[in-house]
Amino acid sequence: MSTQNTLKPSERMKIPRQVAAEQQPDARNRNFLEVSYGFDEERALTEAARCIECKNPVCIEGCPVSIDIPAFIQLIYQKDYVGAANKVREMNYLPAICGRVCPQETQCEVVCLLGKKHEPVAIGKLERFVADYEMKSNLFRTPEIQAKRGQKVAIVGSGPAGLTCAAELARLGYEATIFEALHETGGVLRYGIPEFRLPKGILDIEVERVRQLGVTIYRNFVIGRTATIDELFGEWGFEAIFLGTGAGTPNFMGIPGENMIGVYSANEFLTRVNLMKAYRFPEYDTPVKIGKQIAVIGGGNTAMDAVRTARRLGAEHAYLIYRRSRHEMPAREEEIHHAEEEGIEFLLLTNPTRIIGDENKHVKAIECQRMELGEPDESGRRKPVVIKGSEFIIELQTIIMAIGQKPNPIIQATTPGLGVSKRGTVVTDEKQQTSRPAIYAGGDLARGGATVILAMRDGKQASVAIHEYLQSKRETKQDKLFEEVTTNQTA
Amino acid sequence: MFTILEKEPLAPTITKYVIKAPFIARKRKAGNFVIVRVVETGERIPLTIVEGDVERGTITLIVQAIGKTTRLMATKNAGEDLVDVLGPLGNPTPIENHGAVVCVGGGVGTAEMYPITKELKAIGNKVYSIIGGRSRELVVLEKEMREYSDQLFVTTDDGSYGRKGIVTDQLKDLLDTKAEIKAVYAIGPLPMMKAVANLTKTYGVKTYVSLNTIMVDGTGMCGGCRVTVNGEMKFACVDGPEFDAHKIDFDELIMRNRSYIDLERIANERFQEGVKA
Repeated sequence: MSTQNTLKPSERMKIPRQVAAEQQPDARNRNFLEVSYGFDEERALTEAARCIECKNPVCIEGCPVSIDIPAFIQLIYQKDYVGAANKVREMNYLPAICGRVCPQETQCEVVCLLGKKHEPVAIGKLERFVADYEMKSNLFRTPEIQAKRGQKVAIVGSGPAGLTCAAELARLGYEATIFEALHETGGVLRYGIPEFRLPKGILDIEVERVRQLGVTIYRNFVIGRTATIDELFGEWGFEAIFLGTGAGTPNFMGIPGENMIGVYSANEFLTRVNLMKAYRFPEYDTPVKIGKQIAVIGGGNTAMDAVRTARRLGAEHAYLIYRRSRHEMPAREEEIHHAEEEGIEFLLLTNPTRIIGDENKHVKAIECQRMELGEPDESGRRKPVVIKGSEFIIELQTIIMAIGQKPNPIIQATTPGLGVSKRGTVVTDEKQQTSRPAIYAGGDLARGGATVILAMRDGKQASVAIHEYLQSKRETKQDKLFEEVTTNQTA
Repeated sequence: MFTILEKEPLAPTITKYVIKAPFIARKRKAGNFVIVRVVETGERIPLTIVEGDVERGTITLIVQAIGKTTRLMATKNAGEDLVDVLGPLGNPTPIENHGAVVCVGGGVGTAEMYPITKELKAIGNKVYSIIGGRSRELVVLEKEMREYSDQLFVTTDDGSYGRKGIVTDQLKDLLDTKAEIKAVYAIGPLPMMKAVANLTKTYGVKTYVSLNTIMVDGTGMCGGCRVTVNGEMKFACVDGPEFDAHKIDFDELIMRNRSYIDLERIANERFQEGVKA
């Protein structure tokens, strides 16, 4: 087996960044199979050889969960793919997911020194390669779990934050129990992210591995309704709780006609297709309706997922309507690029003003106005300003609103003393602790709408804080016992 | 798994199910609903909880088989499982002592009215109940409703039982003659609830209705259940399902509930063929 990379840095820099093969746009915009095939072994090895092994690896700082990126890349170079996967898993228990949906281009890859003069190392694709290799070769072994501590922690929500928190706590020896409201696990990874970006079979494997750590998962169990937070502490006997319920409540624009037939929230549309498999109706019972002309409103990743899904369901004209320019879009560059390739028609600097329906309140058109960019706003992005008299009408049958989500209010409303912001997010400190002792929160519930990896970071951060808290609680308990024993003896 | 412990036909197409769901049984209150998925390929549908038995750990659902999913549910027998039952969802019905109230149930809506009637009686209301159906065999829970009502009226569209006519005919008579009535609770098909709302509005009597809308998750995520109440967008699953009937845009809701009527027909026909085969 080869060991160290003996190429000089200048030689490594000459190797071009490897590109993963993809399904052709004309084919993939008619199916739900994964867009990217990922790296084969040869490309992974070539790509791994590009890493110049910096003295001060800034990529690690760029990673929200601080994966030892140069180390796992060197293990790939040495063809120890399982070792590389385990290296990633030391910091992130769900590599097959992160390797697919993480915005590496704004995290680890953007700071890669190679990127200054050349192109950065394809860290994301390498992460996916090791995770996929391990899955295909069936070489995954459940990591060692610390001795059981006999303390119970409840995790609310089985999305990226909850799965990560539960996995980390289970590895530390805690009895972790996840409560999931839906009938399937995964949260936004299941209902939100489409099959063509994250195959559900991959998610199933990752969730199963969390279970193998000894994590119990209750599905069909909505905290705040089936049991309250205070009941989890009381009769259920949990000593700490992590809230990772995400941002599941869709926003609407507040324009006339939004309740007409043919207007969906992106959440409803994606849930019907992804969770309920409406794309396989009538084999599956849940229906979804997509017209020949459709529009998705918004410029984030959810908007891209929705519009690309609509295209796959047969929309001949799939428009993406966004009020700023392409440059200000919050979606990942890769998603925007894929959408363009798949024939999505971008209507930029355009904002809907009203929805027009027929006599049966079925959508038949949308009225929009043109915008131009003005001065920068609080977000630092140039603010879109209406161009007066620029109204125009687009004929269509389906409109999908993807203009953001806010946290679901059920837990906040049923948990006295839990601090909530004006935006409806649960307030936490830097250790993810909420205003109530022993309750922690993270992910979109605390952030209001961010990324999968930041949710994972929060889940992990919370597991560390919960560990500290439960250890000190245990020690205090032992001190008290010791005190009682010694007092009794002297008395 | 959520096992069906008992199954009993109440009327043609209307079936009572007693289902093992101990967590839900402990927490349910009048007006709550559950989301049910019958099989792995199934859709999620909202169904109102009629009763709960904490000791046995069961909930009771009374369901009319009209769509694909409710007909599929009717093929399940005692001892078989429903794959998913989630709840209790929605806000409980606001139960107050108004003095005298009318409880109106139309068709299978009477089953949903029953737990509310029981609680309104328990808190001290004088309860007038009106239960209606297309014909005698579609009038359900008469005995149970009578037990918690000071006076009970039955109407049938065809006159085969009770008063010939619709529930609002009887309701109008009551409102004309009993000034003591301070609130009306009504559950039934949307056109019935709309008619009740229109009638009671002219009398200025506070009216609550429970809305059965299109829903996917039932926890506030999809917004499929959105309804205009007092000019504002509300989600029936988390803001309701009960609302002030005088403020609901019923016409919009009736339209929305017809969103998938063509696809429902496909699903139903396919189911019918499957049954034959």
